[in-house]
Amino acid sequence: MDTRKLALKIRRHAILMTNQGKSSHVASILSMADIVAVLYGHILRKRPDEPRWPERDRFILSKGHAGAGVYAALAETGYFPVDWLPRHCAQGSKLCGHVSHIGIPGVELSTGSLGHGLSVGAGMAYAGKLDNKNYRVFVLMSDGECDEGSNWEAILFAAHHRLANLVAVVDYNKIQSLGPVEEILGLEPFAAKWQSFGWQVKEIDGHDHDQLMASLDIRSEPGSPPTCVIAHTIKGKGVSFMEKSVLWHYRSPQGEEFQAALAELEDVIFA
Amino acid sequence: MLLTADLGFGVLNPFIEAFTEQYLNVGVAEQNMTGVATGLALEGKIVFTYSIGNFPTLRCLEQIRNDVCYHDANVKIVCIGGGFCYGPLGISHHATEDLAIMRALPGMRVMAPGDLAETRLITRIAYETSGPCYLRLGRGGEAQIHQDALNLSLGQGISLFPEGEVALLSTGGILGNAVGARERLEAWGVKASLHSIPFLKPLDRSLIEMLSQTVRLMATIEEHSIIGGLGGAVAEALAEMPGPKPPLLRIGLREGFSCEVGDQEYLRKIYGLSTDSIAQRVYKAISKKNPEAKIYGVSN
Repeated sequence: MDTRKLALKIRRHAILMTNQGKSSHVASILSMADIVAVLYGHILRKRPDEPRWPERDRFILSKGHAGAGVYAALAETGYFPVDWLPRHCAQGSKLCGHVSHIGIPGVELSTGSLGHGLSVGAGMAYAGKLDNKNYRVFVLMSDGECDEGSNWEAILFAAHHRLANLVAVVDYNKIQSLGPVEEILGLEPFAAKWQSFGWQVKEIDGHDHDQLMASLDIRSEPGSPPTCVIAHTIKGKGVSFMEKSVLWHYRSPQGEEFQAALAELEDVIFA
Repeated sequence: MLLTADLGFGVLNPFIEAFTEQYLNVGVAEQNMTGVATGLALEGKIVFTYSIGNFPTLRCLEQIRNDVCYHDANVKIVCIGGGFCYGPLGISHHATEDLAIMRALPGMRVMAPGDLAETRLITRIAYETSGPCYLRLGRGGEAQIHQDALNLSLGQGISLFPEGEVALLSTGGILGNAVGARERLEAWGVKASLHSIPFLKPLDRSLIEMLSQTVRLMATIEEHSIIGGLGGAVAEALAEMPGPKPPLLRIGLREGFSCEVGDQEYLRKIYGLSTDSIAQRVYKAISKKNPEAKIYGVSN
């Protein structure tokens, strides 16, 4: 699957879904679209027609507010019909704003409150290690989410137990709910923090698909430490007026802004 | 599997020795313990999380709600030291609202056995019941109440003394005091039935309905806030039942924290949960219903 085309589709769906659902967090979806596209389009071992296939790789979106991006990836890779997506946040819909597993094939864990996904992912990874299973567990987190202390409990735990089958990916877009990460609660030196907790760390451009493919295709030897991929991203990536803007953490694209956002994404040409 | 947040000195050793691979000490990190438990359960394990007092419940309440309950994960939360078991250690260690809070969570079964015989059966029931369960235990030093072999299924109350004009309903480790209070009431001429209610959820509504049709007073006894625990659950059940019903006396803790220092029985006495206090409160309540009754050994 062409992951760049999948990323573009995810971005278009994100604009359409947050427009129709009048919902927030479009910039958070745009920032992680390339990560999600490379995971669903290339990295994850999966069977969309058998979502609970025991050998599948597990994917948890811990930054659950960007759930529309995962719904879009699941629909585009065959877990459920694409025509479910416009019902995002609609009355009576299953597709709620924060990702939920109830009635949605392929969603491994419901999230929404930050700081939950890594612990649950660590539990899945521990079970896989205990049972000698080959599946990997990917947990996609936000940078602001790393303020939550529960994550650091899980970071300690996963390193202590050498969960080689666990990969944490941080969508490091540098903007959290009310402003720049470094102004609100700084994370730097971020990679050094993970390393000092005993993780192996890779820092990449989170919009570069070659780098994403190379860094996420991890099969560590048993006994190796878990891996953290710090993906440097741009909040709102792909729509110029949404980029690096706190406003688009909240604002729903409507009217001319909606048309302008879609137009920018229509103009993308692949080399 | 058994997960502990670094507590259980000595008592977990037999399990650790017998089931080394099924034991995991996650460190002093209850939020992570509950999340990890969910992950293990979603991969097919039956997981018990273990800690004392409020640590396995309140400290990680959101993980219990969002991770365990919303995913119907097969996780059993075990609290050692319900109520005032850790009396002298202070309010951080008094688990006195846990039943109410756990009861409110969707999908959670809430269990508080009255003695070791009930604990043995209820642990087995929790193990065999798929989905979230909360086990609120004492510290293992409780009196052995049940002398005969017990049969118990999920949601069932146990009638130790079925007949009486007053019905005493007790949950958890206070059962021994409830037994003593029933004996005292009998000596004072009040015949009371006594029922252990180890399941707060699901609640034995048919037992409560049956009792409500035959007794003059119902009294709930718990080492817990009167809000939302056994007293709350019985009040809710009674309020929804049609027809006349007896008054309900909720014996438990009123609003507030215990600032007193003392062991479990000392604090029970301070807060009206000693054998004497329970008997006296029930006696007074029934006497108000019957002003002609002579009050024995009860001071006002």
